[in-house]
Formats: sequence, structure tokens, C-alpha cells
Amino acid sequence: MSVEGVIEPFWHALLEDDPVQLYERAPCGYLSTAPDGTIVKVNQTFLSWTGYSEGDLVGRRRFSELLTVGGRIYHETHFAPMLAMQGHAREIALDIVRADGSRLPVLVNTVLERTEDGTPIIARTAVFDATERRRYEMELLRARERAEASEERARALARTLQQTFVPPAPPDIPDLDVGTGYRPAGDGSEVGGDFHDVFQLGPSEWAITLGDVCGKGVDAAVVTALVRFAIRGAAVRHERPADVLRTVNEAVLRHGTSRFCTALFVRLRQVQPHDGNGNGDEGGDPAARESRGRRIRWVATVAAAGHPLPVLAREGGAMAHVGRHGSLLGVLPEPRFHEVDVELTSGDTLVLFSDGVTEARRNGTFADDRLLRERLGGTVPSASELATALVDDVVDYQDGDTRDDVALVVVHVP
Amino acid sequence: MAVLERNNVTLLGQVDRPAIVFAHGFGCDQNMWRYVAPRFADRYQVVLFDHVGAGASDLGAYDDDRHSSLDGYASDLLEVLEALDLRGVVFVGHSVSAMIGVLAAAREPERFDRLVLVGPSPRYLDDEGYVGGFSKADIDDMLASLESNYLGWASGMAPVIMGNDDRPELGAELTESFCRTDPRIARQFARVTFLSDNRDDLGKVDLPTLVIQCSDDVIAPTSVGEYVAAAMPRAEMVLIRATGHCPNLSAPDETAEAIEAFLSS
Repeated sequence: MSVEGVIEPFWHALLEDDPVQLYERAPCGYLSTAPDGTIVKVNQTFLSWTGYSEGDLVGRRRFSELLTVGGRIYHETHFAPMLAMQGHAREIALDIVRADGSRLPVLVNTVLERTEDGTPIIARTAVFDATERRRYEMELLRARERAEASEERARALARTLQQTFVPPAPPDIPDLDVGTGYRPAGDGSEVGGDFHDVFQLGPSEWAITLGDVCGKGVDAAVVTALVRFAIRGAAVRHERPADVLRTVNEAVLRHGTSRFCTALFVRLRQVQPHDGNGNGDEGGDPAARESRGRRIRWVATVAAAGHPLPVLAREGGAMAHVGRHGSLLGVLPEPRFHEVDVELTSGDTLVLFSDGVTEARRNGTFADDRLLRERLGGTVPSASELATALVDDVVDYQDGDTRDDVALVVVHVP
Repeated sequence: MAVLERNNVTLLGQVDRPAIVFAHGFGCDQNMWRYVAPRFADRYQVVLFDHVGAGASDLGAYDDDRHSSLDGYASDLLEVLEALDLRGVVFVGHSVSAMIGVLAAAREPERFDRLVLVGPSPRYLDDEGYVGGFSKADIDDMLASLESNYLGWASGMAPVIMGNDDRPELGAELTESFCRTDPRIARQFARVTFLSDNRDDLGKVDLPTLVIQCSDDVIAPTSVGEYVAAAMPRAEMVLIRATGHCPNLSAPDETAEAIEAFLSS
């Protein structure tokens, strides 16, 4: 390109853009206002955007009068103070009401000119048409609101779901004191895999279950529900705990999940005093029988599926794990379960617990646990008080921050 | 003290003198009193604070329940007075803080000696036989307008100090927090303020009261200022020629003079 070819267009552009044109035909609206807001000068662009004539505005109207009522409140409470305090306001979103009543979304920048002693002289405002941008912002706002609502619903759902895994207070069982304790991991917003249940099998016959599906979240929650209800169903059909666990194992395998589960199943059958029908306990002399007949006695049949064995604390202080380890549920097509019978009489306490309890141990097992010994060694408070205290112990052990769910069932023979 | 931090309490002036407490209104923070409050520092202990959610207050102290009514803000104010062990203060409340002060004074009158209410309104919505100045549609419109201005709150619209040549006396104290609030809190405070109705509380305060009314205030029009002055047993009204709702910024001399005259009467 020749030198003239470059310089000519440059000069034309320069000459075209005289100060008046620069002002009147700017790509944004310009307004100047007196300290009280009265419009003293306005450019052509603003007039053509808003449909007003110069005569409508200059010396007649205040800038704030061109805003919606809401905008006017914002102007008085935020915009004007900002301007007075710092001499400028930037990127303020407002709606200008056009001459025909329609709204023009704008972005506004204003600077305030002051005398040396700080007295305002004039405010100069640039107005940018923000129609598209405002539309986009509204969409973003709505999207954010939807996302937040969604999140809140998901959290509420998780919390509700979590609550269904924890049965309310255990039933009142004559001649038996049962208490439960539960603390979900973390802040409880993630659905856990621990469950426990206490339900009746027959007159003076009860089932206690406690278990743990590996992992957390919706998948784990589904398997947890499946296991809980499979146990209940199986317990009705099968007398032997090992058979119950076998049935549940099949149910989990058939469900096709890769998740496995640990569980304890304890069947409690109350030993009736001698009733003359050959039932109940007949051994020993009449006096012994008589004294035995006054004490409450239960037989617990314990079956464990890959789960920490419960602890039996005898009146008198002896503490030991009871039961024999068996296969995890949902892993082997031919699992192995063992049943161990143990008699519980007045003063004995059986504690079922989740591995959230043992994981908390810094060393040793729960049966070796000093706190448990202390708790059980003294006078046993009610089973539910004991269960709560034991949960609190575990939580304290971990300085209040549980990584895993903590679940406990305490069975005490009064 | 936790309360003093919670409300970003600032003390100026003389510790052993009577106290004058300035409360900012809806929209900004204690800096609104910048041109007025220091004038009293030679004779008074001047107390400034930010409402919870405004300025440099502790946003974590904002409580949806407590701050769902002006009574919650009144409780905050009373706690500040208690923390400073103040009784018989002069209370100067702008805008919604005028009502907050009225509520506080109704509950614990012994903490107050007299009230100055700048641009007060006991109710912003029109009612039968009462002109508050706004319809429900107006208020909804305002809340929407707040929403669009806070979209970029986290990163965007921060007012920035324009260096020392522009306003040297402001110095470096004016931080980016001026007129910035957590958008959610701002919206709720707006709702609480503009949907409040404290007309019945006016009659409960039997303290000398000055209503400072701006001649041209679209938010708290003159008729409302007159209503307030009439409803309070010991109130008088003074009219200041000023446009807008914030005479503490737009007409600081007149505002300060009106307060001075009231205090010496």
C-alpha cells in the first residue's frame, strides 16, 4: 500500500471525529447531572435509545426519575452513597424506563467532579445498553438457583434415606433390656451402609441383627435395604441363624452387586421356667430348679458373617467374644456359617457392634477395651444409656470425627 | 470482645464522655457517617458499628431466624451497648436503623437518653389510610434489581480506592467492603426492611426524639417523617433541604448542625 493510501483514511477518520461528534454519536449514552441529580447534558445516543428528547430531560428531570421504583431505591441506598464516598460508581446494573414505558437494561459508570474542598460539581455518566448481557445473567441466575435447589433436595433425600436405616427405639421386650446406639460417619450427609434391627420371631423369641454394607452412597444404601429386608424375610422362614444368613447371601449374590456385606444374626429365645410339659429346664434338684426358675434366662444363638464377633460380659466381670467367624455375605456361592449357643442370665450383657467401633481402637480389640470394661464392670445403667455412652466413647476416641458409621446394640438381662 | 468484633465496632473521641452511637441504614455501612460522626469526637465518645451482614461485620454471625426481623437487629444493638457498658446514649439512626433504635429503646429505655432518627419510616408499603410510598410490586422490583447488581459480587463490582490524589482524607481505611454485602444477606435485609411494619412501636418510646427529614426523599417521604414525629410522644421534626435519602453524605453540614442543635436544647 502506498503512503498516501495509509495516511488518507487516517486523516479522514481524524477529521470526522470532532469533539461534538465524539460526544453525540458515542457508542454509549452520556449524561451529565447536577449534584441534586438534575440532567444538564445528554447525548444523542442516549436519547435515541430511550426515546426522550433533549427538552424532556435537560433541566427538567433527574436521572433517578428515569429508573424503575426499585432502581430508584437502589440508587438512593447504594449508588448515590458510593458516588458521594468515593467519587465514582462502576458497572451498576439498572433499568431505564423509556419514554414509551418499556424498560432498557443498562450498565452505568459514573464519575463525580468535585471542587478542591470536596463539594460536588457535576456527575458524568456513561450508559451501556446491557439487554443481551442482562438476559444472559438472568439465565445464569436461574441456573444457579436450580442447581442449589437440586443440591438441597439431594441432601434432604440422603438425610431421609439415612434415617430409614436406623430403626427408632427398639421394642420393649419383657425380661430383656435392649438399647441401640448409632452415629453416622462424618456429617451424616452421605448415606451409610450400617444397619441394625431388633424384631420378634415368636412369643419370647427375638432376632437382633447388625451389619455393614461396604462403601457409602446410593448403591450401598440399596444393598443395605435389600439385606435388612432379606434378613427379616429369611428369619420368618428359617429357624436356624446359619440358614438365615445363607438365604441372605443368595439374595445379595442374585442382586448382582459387587458390594459385599458383613452381618451378625442373633436369635434370642427365652428359657421358660419348668412348665410341667417337659419344656424348660429340668435338671438339678427342686430347690436349684426353683431358684433357677426365678432368674431370667435366655439362650442366644449367634451367627456371624464376616463381622466382628459380639462381646459377652458376664455379671462378675468376665468379658469375651462369642461366636465363630463366618463368610462375608454376597461373595461366595457356598458360604460357611457357624452357630454358637450361649446362655444369658441376669446381669449378663451382650454387645453387638459395627467395625466403626473397632476401627476406632488405637490398639487391642473391643473386648480388651478398658472403657468397655469400666462401663460394664460397674453397675450397668439401662441398655440404651450404655449404648449411648459407648457410642460417645468411640466418638471421643476419634476426637469427634468419625470416619466410619458407629452402630451398637446392647442386650442386657435384668 | 466477641460482640464488638461481630459488629465491627469503632470508637472515636473521649472515653469518659457521654456516648453518641451512630447506626447506618440499609445499603452500606458505618462509613456513611464519615462526614458527620467525627465532628462529635471532641465532646463525646463516638460509637460506630456495622450491622451484621454489612461492612466488615462478621458475616458468620448472620442468623436467618434472628435477623428475619428488625427485633434481631435491635438485640444486636443492645448487646453492643451492653458490651460497652453504656447507658443514656444519644442514638443516631439512619433509615432502617431509626426503627431498629426505636425497637431497642422500647425494650431497654435506660440505655438511651435521646434519639435522632434520620429519614425514618415505620412502614414502607402503602396501607389503608397510610402512605408509605411503595406498593408490593415496587418492592419486588427492588429485590430483583438487587439481584442483578449482586451477580458479580464475588469478583466484580468492588469499589476500589482511587489513590490518594482524589480524596486524600479518606486514606487507606476505606476498603473494598464499602457498600458490598453478601448478596443473600443483602436480599434478606432488604426484604426485612421494606416489608416491616413498626408503626405500633413508635408510641412506646418516651424519650426526646428528633426526626431529621430530607425535603426530597423518595424512600422516606416528608409525610412519613411527619407521621413518625406525631406518633412519638416527645418528638419534633426538622426539615433539611437535601435531595435523596442520605443527608449524612449529601448534606453533612446541615445534618450535623441539626443534631448539634438538638443536643444542646
